[in-house]
Amino acid sequence: MARKMLMRARQTGDIAELMVRIQHPMETGMRKDKATKKIIPAHYIENMTVTHNGKKVVSCDMGIAVSRNPVMGFGLIGAKTGDKVTVSWKDNKGESGSYSQTLKL
Amino acid sequence: MKRRTFLRATITGSAIAAIAGAGLLKPMQVLAANWPAAAFSSKSVDAALTSLYGTSKRVSSKDIIINAPEQAENGISVPVAVKTTLKNVETMSIYVHKNAQPLVARITLTGGGGYLRINIKMAKTSRVEFVVKADGKLYTASKSIKVTAGGCGG
Repeated sequence: MARKMLMRARQTGDIAELMVRIQHPMETGMRKDKATKKIIPAHYIENMTVTHNGKKVVSCDMGIAVSRNPVMGFGLIGAKTGDKVTVSWKDNKGESGSYSQTLKL
Repeated sequence: MKRRTFLRATITGSAIAAIAGAGLLKPMQVLAANWPAAAFSSKSVDAALTSLYGTSKRVSSKDIIINAPEQAENGISVPVAVKTTLKNVETMSIYVHKNAQPLVARITLTGGGGYLRINIKMAKTSRVEFVVKADGKLYTASKSIKVTAGGCGG
């Protein structure tokens, strides 16, 4: 299942700030379902990578303490309008996704 | 963002994702094997640091700039941002001292800027520590964030 992703970038001083939002439950595996009293199994993104013009620039390992529908910000060096940025992710249940965008700064 | 723009962006996004997915499969498999499970399940900050870097020795630095609220009404999503002006930054990581598993996230830079913004879950009022590895050394800065309602479990 493809999860919704959004991306936006803006120049802030010497780096460009890339904001990524992913729709993901990020279950900790510690929460109980109030109706059934059963523990909801953990389901979270383990890794995210940012590729800038084909080069991997950031790799982010994440745990269960990242909030639901995470909004992540990464720094890009020397980014300019027209650059291609791809963000890919993979979660603990083997789900994955990726999103590409041409930067507009 | 307007609803229409949002929808359009999402639809194009998933189409590209399907195409890009095939080519990106290999690097992601390699990365998955490197996910530091031991560090993420560590019960203390020192243990997580030792597991990630082999040492928990770190020095505080003024070159790590934290942008986080003094107080968060709800611990379920606290936006924190960290920026560093240190040179040769290799990795950056975030720890919430009073969470059952303190390590939140770690980024490895291979040409990216020394910046990380993330929404974190916090169980209760705690010190949040930001560790930056630069030139093979660990630098740290921390900030205490007050939480009125916890955001883990329930």
